[in-house]
Amino acid sequence: MPLVYAGVCSHAPGIRGRADQADPVARAGLYAAFDAMGDAIRQSGAEVLIVVAAEHFANFFMNNMPSFAIGMADFYDGPIEDATWLGIDNFRAPGHKDLSLRVITEVMQTVDVAYAEEWKFDHGIAVPLSFLTPDYDLPVIPVNINCQGPPLTPLPRAWALGEALRRAADAVPEKVALVGTGGISHWPATPDSGKINEAWDRDFLDRWCRNDKAQLLAYDDTTVYADAGQGGFEIRTFISVSAAAGGAAGTVHFYTPIPIFAVGCTTASYQLR
Amino acid sequence: MSLYYVQKFLYELNRDEDLQTRYLAERLSVLDAYDLTAEETDALVEPDIGKLFHLGVNGQILMHFAALHGIEWQDYLQRMRDGIATHGPVREGVYAVTGYEGTTAHAAQLGQTSGAEPTRDRDDGDAPLQPRRGVR
Ligand SMILES: [Fe+2]
Repeated sequence: MPLVYAGVCSHAPGIRGRADQADPVARAGLYAAFDAMGDAIRQSGAEVLIVVAAEHFANFFMNNMPSFAIGMADFYDGPIEDATWLGIDNFRAPGHKDLSLRVITEVMQTVDVAYAEEWKFDHGIAVPLSFLTPDYDLPVIPVNINCQGPPLTPLPRAWALGEALRRAADAVPEKVALVGTGGISHWPATPDSGKINEAWDRDFLDRWCRNDKAQLLAYDDTTVYADAGQGGFEIRTFISVSAAAGGAAGTVHFYTPIPIFAVGCTTASYQLR
Repeated sequence: MSLYYVQKFLYELNRDEDLQTRYLAERLSVLDAYDLTAEETDALVEPDIGKLFHLGVNGQILMHFAALHGIEWQDYLQRMRDGIATHGPVREGVYAVTGYEGTTAHAAQLGQTSGAEPTRDRDDGDAPLQPRRGVR
């Protein structure tokens, strides 16, 4: 079936773990936006949710760092972090091994991906799932892009991954929803945590909504780091969703910098054609 | 320098609750399995969060090591700031290779006056040694 949903959202651990320290109005707005995103995914009739994430040394490390990895398991446990620290109870999310196999096989025709039959979700997936599928009743296929350990996945390859995921989603009989999760500008877990470059974020989101491939791929890591922090490297996940949307235009549903969450909190989606 | 092995130890520690228990009970014998300098071993055993950040440990790994030692979030951020103030810019790793020069220079570069999260007086007492992590 053609892809039924394509969107992006934030995943910062503070969104759950430091919820009590945030401005209540901003937090309520973000949580409502996450809930609306979950509703939209359910209303799309999605039978599986592919999450393109930027995990943070939970499963993949510099001893064998894949540029891309896709999960191929029947279930995924999380969170790998301390449950109290993250503010998310331990869970087991259903996977879809057979569909993973078919998706990976198709993606591999154009993009070399690693696959993983075990994968513990860190906050990069656990935070979005805690809102989008709080009952863990929708099978998940995790996808990872190396946004953490340089040399990082080049942006044009993230684009190619998104195109390959779209091709794979369109080729299977199941209805597939796609969500990319990441920060835009942010400096998470560093002395600059809480710093957010709102102007940079809004410019990025403008490029994302226009789905302007040339403008989205025009970034380089040196300037991204200077303007948007090491968390800005996670734009790869958003860009892969742009590619998967096949030229569709997007809408930002929520954007608010929330410093205690260390990111400009975002939900956005494409109007798929 | 063996930043790779410092981070590899922390990566494995973060994933493995049994290793956390063993480490908190007998730190040096666990660290023996990793190719570390005396400086790195000392910083881990202390734990000296500011020194580890200065050495180049990625915050996405380091924050869980801090949490393991019961260091709360604002204190964790402050210890990194103190580490840079005390030891100088980050020596190696993602923050160094991309030009990280510390919070003040970084904020000025962005036309901002400071980090957006409030700083708090940190508790200089010894970090509690009991793990606070739950079941994975
Ligand atoms: Fe992240």
